[in-house]
Amino acid sequence: MTLLITIIAAVVVTVIWYASEKAREMKVGLLCYMFWGASIMWLVDAIAEYIELREAYFTPALEDMVNDSFLGLSVIAFALIVWVVYLLIKDPKKVIANRKKA
Amino acid sequence: MACFVVPGAEAIVTTIATKIVEHHELKHGDAAEAAEAAAVAKEKVSTKLKRLNLLLYGGTALLAFEHFWHGEIQPFFPFLTAAENADSMAGVLHEMSTVGVGMAVLVTGIWGIMTAVLHAKDKKLAREAENSATV
Repeated sequence: MTLLITIIAAVVVTVIWYASEKAREMKVGLLCYMFWGASIMWLVDAIAEYIELREAYFTPALEDMVNDSFLGLSVIAFALIVWVVYLLIKDPKKVIANRKKA
Repeated sequence: MACFVVPGAEAIVTTIATKIVEHHELKHGDAAEAAEAAAVAKEKVSTKLKRLNLLLYGGTALLAFEHFWHGEIQPFFPFLTAAENADSMAGVLHEMSTVGVGMAVLVTGIWGIMTAVLHAKDKKLAREAENSATV
């Protein structure tokens, strides 16, 4: 579930990055790299787990699924926090730099 | 357990490589070269490497969060909970050498393919621009 949620996040963020110039200006590209990097790494983890568990990999217990989904959403929240901090540091629209002028 | 350590270590190595390449580009890149690069829309090697760094660091950060979630890493020495006894350390090393190396190889491989596709696309665009200029 964590892999699935991260892949969906990666695809959504990539589409937003591609479609919107404003999003590119807002450094959404960082989220693309984070989600794609993690998706590729978790894919390897999933393949290793599949080799070990075989078909049981596709029938996880409900409790594990809920826990993994909660983790997936938390991962997205963590990535968003990293992105916001990066955005505030880079300040592409000079909002923080010009705050005294306002 | 600690599979993310391998791509994390690779990220540190590629960051150092990026800094060296960047320094080399600044030292040896003259105005003519810059103009030529702009004409064919050629991307710098350091720009390509930065993309790999972001993939590796981004992935490692999220995986580190997942390991923290599962209680496999801790914010104090020895950082890996499995490092507290020798038996579980063998498992950590096994996972690092199989899954960890696999992660690093796959991320680098996908970055390589992405870089090759972008390079081919840039070359095609430059050729098209050259052809339209001569017509």
